[in-house]
Amino acid sequence: MKPGQIKLVRLGLHLAVAAPLAWLGWRWGMVLGLGTDPLLAGLSAEPIDYTINTLGLWTLRTLWLCLAITPLRKLGAPGWLAVLRRPLGLWSFAYGCCHLAVYFMLDQEGSLAMLWQDVLKHRFVLFGMSALVLLAPLALTSTRGMIKRLGAKRWQGLHRLIYPAALLGSVHFVMRVKGFQWEPWIYAALLGALLLVRLLPARRRN
Amino acid sequence: MLFRFPNPAHPAEAEATDEALYWNRRNVLQGMALAGLLPTAACAEPKGPDLPRLTARRTRSLAETPTSWGNATNYNNFYEFGLGKEDPAANAGTLRPHPWTVKIDGLVGKPQVIDIDRLRRLFPLEERVYRHRCVEAWSMVIPWTGFPLGALLKLAEPLGKAKYVAFQTLNDPVQMPGLRSPVLDWPYAEGLRLDEAMHPLALIALGMYGRVLPNQNGAPLRLVVPWKYGFKSIKSIVRIFLTDRQPRTSWNQSAPDEYGFYANVNPAVDHPRWSQARERRIGEWKQRPTLPFNGYESEVSGLYRGMNYQRNF
Repeated sequence: MKPGQIKLVRLGLHLAVAAPLAWLGWRWGMVLGLGTDPLLAGLSAEPIDYTINTLGLWTLRTLWLCLAITPLRKLGAPGWLAVLRRPLGLWSFAYGCCHLAVYFMLDQEGSLAMLWQDVLKHRFVLFGMSALVLLAPLALTSTRGMIKRLGAKRWQGLHRLIYPAALLGSVHFVMRVKGFQWEPWIYAALLGALLLVRLLPARRRN
Repeated sequence: MLFRFPNPAHPAEAEATDEALYWNRRNVLQGMALAGLLPTAACAEPKGPDLPRLTARRTRSLAETPTSWGNATNYNNFYEFGLGKEDPAANAGTLRPHPWTVKIDGLVGKPQVIDIDRLRRLFPLEERVYRHRCVEAWSMVIPWTGFPLGALLKLAEPLGKAKYVAFQTLNDPVQMPGLRSPVLDWPYAEGLRLDEAMHPLALIALGMYGRVLPNQNGAPLRLVVPWKYGFKSIKSIVRIFLTDRQPRTSWNQSAPDEYGFYANVNPAVDHPRWSQARERRIGEWKQRPTLPFNGYESEVSGLYRGMNYQRNF
């Protein structure tokens, strides 16, 4: 792949991953700007819940994709895929922040006291919150400058926090649903597979 | 935009306002105008006017705005038709609510099987506007059409030994594709203590908004127990069984620490995963405080005198 082509792929990824957020923004714009009924705007009769759930799902999806790059390379995918890790990780953090913001502002009425109570009282909220807290230093140290400043070894050590963050996010999803549902367990199984492939012996680089 | 629920003192005006409000006409027109932009909105178009009318006398009003027909029929928990909130509206077309029979047996003097057509004529139909509070902390206001559950039970003459009433939903995977999902132990089952079931507020609904029940809302007959969380109000009932033992109930069986047998609406007892202190009325932005027994405390708390609500949640 030529550098120009890689840039194009990265741009495509940005657009694809931004699309769900843009869609939500468009529909909320119709609801708030034009007074469209949320149901007719495609946000369901409970637009706040719908939005929180959608943002949460995309937080996990982008994080899982980010964690899929190394296993894919191990299984023979080209090395340049590594350049997609940073945008995917940052998008995951961005979706997570939106997820938290909507939950905090519209579900917890923007009250820090209520949020704190919810985190302390409900374990699945605590797990989700911890996952996002763990992702924050990774987003903040995602620049080339920070890699230099921390040194590759320390930077890499810090960025292993993505594993506990993903595990906590997965547990958060499993605990969130009612009854026995396959969807969160499929996410958990995929995560398990992505982590297990890392234990395979490294392939020799070309 | 802000219709108030019609004052029952002015019935003529109420007739006129109701329709616009229920079918959410303003939004429907807007939806049509935006139809080009809104392919996903098709499911939200009101199917209400296609359903046969049910004439009933309004016996209970509520000074709260009823939920729009669109919201009440497109935001449902009916796992027999899928786990998503809009799945029942999309998938319940496979349910055949006619012909239909409901069997009443167990500890009764006159066990019987009642045809739905006969059931519609057995008792005078009443329209009652009730609050409906889901365990997931959202709520609606629904005008139900039906008759007291107690009247139906009396028909079968419960024996002195009978202490509980068990209800069962249809269990036909051809009509209900969601039955293939392992989410619950099918068929869906619910239950009440006999004295709860005989309470005049407990309703068997055959319709809502003046029409027969849409499939996704539990056609052709469902239970409505307005002081309990919505999962108690079992849909598409095929069997009512009187017994001397507390019956199996689906959600309690699935997660006994999360869903109690009683499931009385109580803002002071949290669900382990979320607070029950507040609720969002569908169609509103701000949450409102949840009322003990969903606002029916003065009428039903006598059923639970001396009971520990923390233990019997």
